[in-house]
Parts: sequence; structure tokens; C-alpha cells
Amino acid sequence: MNTLTDRFRPLTGHRLFWPALVLVVMLAANTVYRPGFLSVEVKEGHLYGTPVDILRLSAPLILVALGMTLVIATGGIDLSVGSLCAISGAIACLHISEASDQNSLSTVFTALALAFGVALVLGAWNGLLVAVIGIQPIIATLILMVAGRGLAQLITEGQIITINSGPYRAIGLGHVLTLPLAIIIAVAAALLVAALTRRTALGLIVESVGGNAEASRLAGIRSGRIVFLVYVVSAACAAIAGFMMTANVSSADGNAAGLWIELDAILAVVIGGTSLAGGRFSLGGTILGALIIQTLTTTVYAMNIDPQTSLLFKAVVVIAVCLIQSPAFRARVSRRRGATTPRPTTRQPEKEQVSA
Amino acid sequence: MSSASSTTARAWRPSLARRHVPVLATLALLLVMYAVGVSQYRAFSNVQVVFNVFIDNGFLLVVAVGMTFVILTGGIDLSVGSVVAMTAMVSASLLQSGLPAALVLVVALLIGPTLGFLMGCAIHFFDIQPFIATLAGMFFARGMCTFISDASIPITDGFWTTMSQERIGDPRGNFVSISVLIALAVVLVAAYVLTYTRFGRNVYAVGGNSQSALLMGLPVGRTRIAVYTVSGLCSAIGGILLSFYTLSGAPLIAVGMELDVIAAVVIGGTVLTGGSGYVFGTVLGVLVLGVIQTLITFDGSLNSWWTRIVIGGLLFAFILLQRLIGIRFK
Repeated sequence: MNTLTDRFRPLTGHRLFWPALVLVVMLAANTVYRPGFLSVEVKEGHLYGTPVDILRLSAPLILVALGMTLVIATGGIDLSVGSLCAISGAIACLHISEASDQNSLSTVFTALALAFGVALVLGAWNGLLVAVIGIQPIIATLILMVAGRGLAQLITEGQIITINSGPYRAIGLGHVLTLPLAIIIAVAAALLVAALTRRTALGLIVESVGGNAEASRLAGIRSGRIVFLVYVVSAACAAIAGFMMTANVSSADGNAAGLWIELDAILAVVIGGTSLAGGRFSLGGTILGALIIQTLTTTVYAMNIDPQTSLLFKAVVVIAVCLIQSPAFRARVSRRRGATTPRPTTRQPEKEQVSA
Repeated sequence: MSSASSTTARAWRPSLARRHVPVLATLALLLVMYAVGVSQYRAFSNVQVVFNVFIDNGFLLVVAVGMTFVILTGGIDLSVGSVVAMTAMVSASLLQSGLPAALVLVVALLIGPTLGFLMGCAIHFFDIQPFIATLAGMFFARGMCTFISDASIPITDGFWTTMSQERIGDPRGNFVSISVLIALAVVLVAAYVLTYTRFGRNVYAVGGNSQSALLMGLPVGRTRIAVYTVSGLCSAIGGILLSFYTLSGAPLIAVGMELDVIAAVVIGGTVLTGGSGYVFGTVLGVLVLGVIQTLITFDGSLNSWWTRIVIGGLLFAFILLQRLIGIRFK
């Protein structure tokens, strides 16, 4: 008995174990409920099937969550990504809708460049507030979260801009080499971020800034510049995600595009095992977290449950994953099982009793 | 407010003026905005305009008071908007099934604090960040709304309609609704609790520095759980007031309200890192939001999205002001 648990310890101790287990359990439950769930087929040279759909639909969330992971690794948070998605999508769609030939590649690329540029400027604004002026990240980005929705509606003039542009729609629905283009973009972004952070010292520097910005500054790292940079990267990721969302429906809605994606992205990051306190991050965990959230949503749709009611399930999953990962919770459970009592957690109750 | 406690007033004097600057700035802004309104639009000087701001924002005021408690401890409560909607939804659905109004009130007022208590426990005992714990609470409450019904439920109960339509004052002249009186009562109770009770001092102490509070022997855990329960209770009261106001329960009502509430609290001068702020400031913050909306309605040519942009701009101005005064670094 003891040897068995010992043998599994390295596995259960791995930080990606619990998120991966949750994902596998959800996929298994789906397959039991609907045997055809995991089947993938090739039609007209494209891959089709529920797993492919889940991957394609989770692409925007993965992108946003990648940027969010870096921001959270520095101990910050970016609430403005949802608004940024709406703004970038709105600008791109507005530019395309005003063009004479909506299908011309140059129009689409100009639109993308324009929207991307604006997103970078807004990201730089966030970075400026946090890194230079020194405002708490949660408030600094709250400003753009509130005002950004208004800006997006100002751009679309409160209307839903619909466009009919083949190249733009391809961002969300196109296929390259049998795979949906959205998946390829998300994977490419993930690989790029992974290469930049894990193959160079950048990731280590980001983590050290998150651990202690002042200490890293004294150690010779330009903390301010790193913090500024992660907000720009986060905005860039959000902009691409915004293109995907608006391309999926060929229209830009300033109100609904990217609504609550900041919360989903933060959830994905937390489920993936990155601590909100900063100082360390896991890109693989984030992608797993994003996939868990999208699988949950797809599952709920497949079971004919109201999309809003799916929030109930989301709440349960969030609490379950957070509790499993919480050291305090683990300590309590293991103490109840009769394991050795961890000292640090017992200190707090004692002190409270003194006051009572 | 300055005579919060006569014994400590002397020790506080050096920072007293600084502490009050954000609140005074909000007050000045409110007066300027009102003056602009009065000078631009003739009907604006009618007292009923002010009363209407209270009538339209009574529930927001109550919820913002609860949020003030949470933010004073350095936490945040994202669940308020959903809890408001859930309370309205539960009361509407229970009334529809024929339960007596008194029983419905009790049940509706119990749900919010219970959820708040559970979130507080998760935050304190399991070290889950307030942001995440209350996010889960937000999802849960919003999911419950559609679980109860995916369509809006009208309320026809006699007590509710009386509370909704009763006009206090001159029914043909200037009047307020009962909700406004309830909201003001909540504000007064909250101001008293924060200023004159042991619990109130603990809230400020935990927000100032929870480590020091713990070392001083203050009940940090109990205070932290209590503020989320208070916020839940305020959201529940807010939900009841909203159901008085709209006479229905709708699953998608009050979406994004937590942002307005947080904005109101911040504009009211409460520092988001905790430890500094007043209920009175929150009242001013809510009034600022209300007057912005009234101004935009009076103008007529500006669209509703300008409200968001202006609120964002104000948030920036006030945060910058707090930073310049350097309350956190005194």
C-alpha cells in the first residue's frame, strides 16, 4: 500500500497532474455520454470532429491566456483584455467594411495592422500606468476595462458591423493543411512565447520580477521595462484573439465581443497552476486550463443545458481545482487522514484564540 | 467623520487632511457637475432630479456600501452583481409560487450572506485569492439565475407593488421611494459600524496591515469572513431593492454591476489596497455615477457608451490623485 502511494507521488506531485486529470475525466465522461465524441473524420481535405472543434474554439482563449500568464507571472493582472479584443475586432471590421473591395488581401492586412497597432498602444498605456506611474495592476487595467467597452461601442457607433470578407473570415474559419487556421495561429503563438521565455533568460527574468521586483532591479534587471513589456504582449495576444472572435461571426459587436474572456483567461491561468501572486508560471498548464474551460463549455452545450447555466458547472470546477491546488486545503485534508501535522498551518488558529 | 474618535484624533492630525483629500475632491467634482447641469439645463435645478438620482441608484448605493467593507480589508468581491440578480430572481420565483411576502423576504435576505460567508471561509481557511473565490461565487450565482428560470419573472405581490409605488413626500411634487429610505438607513448603519464599533476598527486594521493586525491579537480571520458576509447581505438587500424598482426578476439583470460598484467605491476615495476610506465617500462616488448618467440623459445627443468612457476617465483621474497624495506611502 505504502509502496504504491510512494510510486505515484512523483506523478501526483507534478503540477500539471491535477489539471490534466480533470481534462481526461471530462473527456471520458463525454465519451460515455456520447460515444461518437472523440471521433475525428476527414471531409473535403479538412479535419472535422468535436475534439477539433474544441481546439478551434479554444484558440482565442489560449491566446489571451498566454499573455495573461506572463502578466500574472510578474505579479500583475490584466483585466482589460476583453475590451481590447472588442476594440481590435471593431477597428479591423470597420476598416474592412469601409473598403471598396472587402476581399482584397491588402485591405485585410491594413485593417489587421491598424487594429494591432492600436492594441499595442493601449497595451503600452496599461504598461505605463503599472510600470512607470506605479498604480496597482488590477486598478490600472480596470480603467481600460471600463472605458474600453465604451471605446469599442464608439468605434462601431453602437451598431454591429457586419463584413463579407473571405480573407478575414479565414482567420477564424479557414483551414491550412487540413487543420483549422485558428489552431495553427494559437499553437504558433504558444511555441513563440515558449521559445522566447524558456529558451532564453527572459522567462527567468519575468519570474524574478514577479518574485520581487525591487530585488531583481537591484540585481541588475530592468524590472520596469519587463513589466511594461508583458502588458504590451498581453494586449497583442488579446488583439489576435479579437480578430479570431470577430472573424468567426464575420461581424464586430462592441458589447459582446470578448465579454468575460478576461475572467476565463485568469481562470485558465490559475487552473494551470500559475500562482496569482506571481513569481512562476507554466505555459503548458495555461493551455491545459484553457482546454478544460472550452471542453466544459462544449460539454454543457452538447447536453442541451442553457449556456448561462453552464456557469454553475464552471463555478464547481473552479472551486474544486483551486481547493486541490491550495496548500492550506491539502494540509487540512492530510491532517484529517492522520498524517503528520504541518506546523505552519496550526500557528494561525492559536494566535486568533489569544484575542478571543 | 473627523471626530471619529476623540482620543485618537490628536495622533492622526498630521495625516488627517491628506486622508480627506480624495473624499473632498469627489465632493468638489460632484458639486461642479451639478453646477454644470444646472447652468446648462433649466429643468436640472428641480430638486426632483436629485431625488431621482437616489431613486435610480438606491440599490447601487447599498451594494457599494457592502463593497466598501470588503475593499477596506484589501479584498475584492466580484460576486455582487450576480448575487443581486439571484436575490431578485429567487424572490420573484418564490412569490410566483405563492409564498407569503414576509417568508420570501427572509429567505432572499439569507441567501446572499450565506454565499458571502462561504466565500469568506474559502478565502481565509484555504488561502484562495479573493479575486478567484468571488469569481467562482459570481459564476455560481449567475448560473443559479438561469437555473431558476431563463425568462424574466414578473412580481405581482401586493407588498412588493406597495413598496414600489409608495411615494414619500408630495405625490405630485417632490418625492422619494421607500427604497431610498432603506438605502440611507443602510448607509447610516454602515457608517456607524465602521466608525464606532470594534468590528469597524478591525476592518481598518486588517486592511492597513493584516500581519500587524494578527500580531496585535485582532481576530483577522473572523473580520475577513465577516466583511464578505456583510457584502453578501448588502447585495441581498440591493437585490430586494432592485426587485422593488423593476417589479420583476430577470436572469441577466445587473450584469457588470460589480464594475460600477468598484468604480463608485474608488471614485469615493477608498484605496483598493485597503485601510483607508469612508462610507460617506462611497455615497459621493455613487452620486457621481448617478449625476453622470443624468447629465448624459439630459444632453440627449450623447450615447450611453459615453457613460463608460467618462467613468473610465474619472477612475484614472482619481487613482492618479490618490497616487499623487501618496496615501499608501505616508
